[in-house]
Amino acid sequence: MLTIHAKLVEVMLAQAHKDHPFETCGIIAGPEKSNLPLRLIPMRNAARSEIFFRFDPQEQLQVWRGMEARGEEPIVIYHSHTHTPAYPSRTDVQYASQPQSHYVIVPTDPAYGEEIRSFRILDGMVTEERIRMTNSYNVEWELSIEAMVA
Amino acid sequence: MPITISIPTILRPLTDNQKRIEVDGSSVLDAIERMEQRYPGVKERLVTGGQTHRFINIYVNDNDIRFSEGLSTRLTDGDLLTILPAVAGG
Repeated sequence: MLTIHAKLVEVMLAQAHKDHPFETCGIIAGPEKSNLPLRLIPMRNAARSEIFFRFDPQEQLQVWRGMEARGEEPIVIYHSHTHTPAYPSRTDVQYASQPQSHYVIVPTDPAYGEEIRSFRILDGMVTEERIRMTNSYNVEWELSIEAMVA
Repeated sequence: MPITISIPTILRPLTDNQKRIEVDGSSVLDAIERMEQRYPGVKERLVTGGQTHRFINIYVNDNDIRFSEGLSTRLTDGDLLTILPAVAGG
């Protein structure tokens, strides 16, 4: 199950709709092994495509180094589907390499609903999981939303 | 020439869970081959058809090797070679 703050879902949806019809993408980092998404980092879709996304490799390196320095990992890896249902495509499954991450897909075509969906992907196997939205985490945790790197 | 290789979580089962390893190597491919001798199986996860696997990004210090000389990119003493899984999809 993915437990996620409603504010983070709101930000992902807004980003996805702003980028439509192109696919949007990003991560939400959190402390290693915490399973708690806290720090949302929107990423540039280097593919700038309606059917594909790819993190810009240089930007990814900086973001991954930042996570390592803070003892974080990508708790959520998200992207949008702009013309298809919010279910992992064959390409999504091929590239999924983080068994500890929640793969979140945001639909932006109203034909496929408005709810985000979350999946675990392990060795080519896709398992959908329940999403529990909350309006408060434990008080010791602070949310943050990073600005998009230009 | 010793260089440091930063290993992503996904490959650590192949490297005795080491996050960083030190090898000698005059080029990226040379370093990968020396790493393969110590940790068999790692090369086929990184290289296919003589090129970096499309699911993988390899950096020398701050630069993606796709934008320099690929696997032939030269290494010098003290370089940091970082391996990351590419994040992409459809």
